[in-house]
Amino acid sequence: MVNFSTFGNELYTGKRSYDFVGYKKIWFLVAGIAVALSILIPIAKGGFNLGIEFRGGSEFTVSNVKTTDAALGEKAVTEVVAGSVPRVANVAGTTMRIQTDKLTDDETLQIKEGLTKAYGVTDNEVTSTFVGPTWGADVTKQALLGLAIFVGLAAVLMALYFRTWKMSLSALVGMIVTMFITAGVYGLSDFEVTPSAIIGFLTVLSYSLYDTVVVFDKIRENTSDIQASTRRTFAEEVNLAINQTLVRSINTMVVAILPVGAILFIGAGLLGAGTLRDLSLALFVGILVGTAATIFIAAPLYAWLRQGEPELVKQAKRVDQRRAEAAAKTASPATPATA
Amino acid sequence: MLVWLGVLIAAMTAVLAGGTLAGQASWAPKLALDLEGGTQMILAPKVEGGSGITEEQLNQAVAIIRQRVDGSGVAEAEISTQSGRNVVVSLPGTPAKETRALIQASADMNFRPVLQAGAGAAVPEASRTPEAQLPKPTAAPANSSDQNWITPEIYKQFEALDCDNPSQDKQQRSDPTKPLVTCEPASANSPAIKYILGPVEVKGSNIKSSSFQLQRGAQGAVTNEWAVNIQFDDAGTAKFKEVTERLYQFYAAGGGQTGSDPRAQFAIVLDDQVISAPRSLAVITDGRPQITGGFTEESAKALSDQLRFGALPISFEIQSEQQISATLGGEQLRMGMLAGLIGLLLVVVYSLFQYRALGFVTVASLVIAGVLTFLAIAILGWTENYRLSLAGVAGLIVAIGQTADSFIVYFERIRDELREGRGLVSAVENGWKRAKRTILASKAVNLLAAVVLFFVAVGNVRGFAFTLGLTAIADLIVVFMFTHPTLQLLARTKFFGEGHRFSGLDPKRLGAVPLYRGAGRIRTPEDKPVAVVRAKNTGAAAEAERRMTIAERRLAEKQEQAQQAQLAGSSKSASKEGK
Repeated sequence: MVNFSTFGNELYTGKRSYDFVGYKKIWFLVAGIAVALSILIPIAKGGFNLGIEFRGGSEFTVSNVKTTDAALGEKAVTEVVAGSVPRVANVAGTTMRIQTDKLTDDETLQIKEGLTKAYGVTDNEVTSTFVGPTWGADVTKQALLGLAIFVGLAAVLMALYFRTWKMSLSALVGMIVTMFITAGVYGLSDFEVTPSAIIGFLTVLSYSLYDTVVVFDKIRENTSDIQASTRRTFAEEVNLAINQTLVRSINTMVVAILPVGAILFIGAGLLGAGTLRDLSLALFVGILVGTAATIFIAAPLYAWLRQGEPELVKQAKRVDQRRAEAAAKTASPATPATA
Repeated sequence: MLVWLGVLIAAMTAVLAGGTLAGQASWAPKLALDLEGGTQMILAPKVEGGSGITEEQLNQAVAIIRQRVDGSGVAEAEISTQSGRNVVVSLPGTPAKETRALIQASADMNFRPVLQAGAGAAVPEASRTPEAQLPKPTAAPANSSDQNWITPEIYKQFEALDCDNPSQDKQQRSDPTKPLVTCEPASANSPAIKYILGPVEVKGSNIKSSSFQLQRGAQGAVTNEWAVNIQFDDAGTAKFKEVTERLYQFYAAGGGQTGSDPRAQFAIVLDDQVISAPRSLAVITDGRPQITGGFTEESAKALSDQLRFGALPISFEIQSEQQISATLGGEQLRMGMLAGLIGLLLVVVYSLFQYRALGFVTVASLVIAGVLTFLAIAILGWTENYRLSLAGVAGLIVAIGQTADSFIVYFERIRDELREGRGLVSAVENGWKRAKRTILASKAVNLLAAVVLFFVAVGNVRGFAFTLGLTAIADLIVVFMFTHPTLQLLARTKFFGEGHRFSGLDPKRLGAVPLYRGAGRIRTPEDKPVAVVRAKNTGAAAEAERRMTIAERRLAEKQEQAQQAQLAGSSKSASKEGK
């Protein structure tokens, strides 16, 4: 690969240019298919793998176990509650997780004791959790409410800052695409949907909008006096802005994803299921998709929304005219153009 | 600016150091239960009758639970409300079964007649009543005020009870049909008192409402005395009339105002503790007693609130209960820190690779942002009792990326300016002007998300939103007060100013074309031929680039291509100024 600063330089001047706006139909189609799949896959698979916070029930986590035999955990539960079907999993290294239906206090204490003996650990290493089925739903309801308020306010904020609702709309569409695809990955990967995952999800949405604002700010700068210019059409200016901020987009994405990746792999590898891992998968996917959605969806969509405006159609004609003249000039065997 | 930043950090450090020296704060941030280990219960209050709960009732519920938890001997319990609907109880360790039951139970308020009262301290072993002289019931008690309720066991219990240093092992609810030995805790203007109380006569649920006001004198003029008014419902009114008729006799027989028969008193008991034990100065027939004597506005309000709370029993449903072993909590924290460090290290490596020496500015900025965040969390842990949870740690780790982005946006803008051919000093100034707008706009989105989530969301989400918002602010402080001033200084050094190869700001590497080329020649915007490279064809692009310089004859051809391709082709000076 060429040196990264040279790469950035070429992108900046337009010497190297990726046609994000021109191929918008392809991107929109790809996004459409991805979103459709993201909706269909979870439906086909019978919904998301909901965490215990949404199902309700009791959960035990045993750390530093001597053996990772799932049968021991099952036995410890069935000895106390006959006929129950516990879900025992070795979530990471020496950590076992046992999930059951809702237990009474006595049962919980007995099972805790049983697990302590079965896995040869001390009392301190067994964690028990009881969650009512309404708890997760409650968290989600509040989170969705927060999301709705945030999206509404962010749309207004962006419309005020950029002075056009079309930027708000484009940014929101990009965000919604990100949202669906991230959710789709959860459906596909069988990762549990827990309140932590919901947190990650919300962050992704804020990140997605954040990223879009940075790119849109460059678009705003490039197109602020588009009427007075015949250098490029509106769509071309938008495309140039995307290219000019491409190095930033890539750098930011990499920098954002490195710590998240560290959590994801350390969280998944060493610690097992938990807040950190649930959170980081959503972020990992969301940052990748969010960055891409800004470049491939939000910005081209904005160009498309705007380019039909009469003023901009006229401006595009002027650009064509200027180019035709320039071409006519250079077609004659004259000196290189200095127009 | 740098000085101010220094002052800010020094001030925050001084505040924290002061707090630490005073023994209230600590250098380490306070940790939430999921990191420290312990039990967290999320309780949903349920009002009998199924009506919704008001904020006032919720606050009362918190006060009640706090009293119960403190009474059960658990230290360092934390009780808070969550989004106006739930009560969160956090306890270190695993609570006893009785504590759990107690927390869940509805408030238990009732009125019991006083049988005997005494000073709060325990009677010393030596001077306790000998076995033979203990009061013995001579007959079955006729009514609740009957001294025959006092059995030798009860009396012994009464003498041994120490209300000055209440033991905290009592976790069972008393039987309303039996007498009760209990305390009235010491308050600002009265010492602790202990009582033997008769069985329950009027239940708290018989209270219709309660209020407090300044007492009116005989002429209806407002006096300076605060009074608490109770209004009973019909059943309560009838029962209370009966009680006061009996109690008033003791009052009258004992010599009225100057009398000291404790049996003239009735005790208002909340969760088996006496909150007030007024004397019955009259027979109350209309179910509207007024309690007076030594109230301040505050204490009158407190009693009135407690009475109203008793009138509306709230029980609690455990929505979620989490017991986290200290081992797991510690492990989570260690892993979180490890992940954070690895993430940070990767960011450092990447930014050094990308921005060379400029990467050190990023690293230094991140470190300062980290210090500010750490200090803020430690100070908030002290003043606001903010506790860092695992979700909060995740928020911090995620913030590394978003914080670094401010610097990336800024540096890229500087590079853009250098590509325009500006000198470094003016590139820094111009780049900053543009980057500032972008950074402010994008951080506004971040802060908005954090604030909305913090106020709307519940549980873990709040801890996360909090750290996210906190780091966004720290980031703004750092980029304005550290990164930019530092770059201004660095731009004047030789290493950066002359664009050393490793400075990350080498104009040659950035392909800058100086605006001024000497000999009076100033580059015009379209000095160079336009080259258009189709996407995804980098090989051809490189080739086109090589050929371009020698193939100026093909210019016309290429420009035609430019139109067909409808691409954003441009010269080296594609910028706002160029248009």
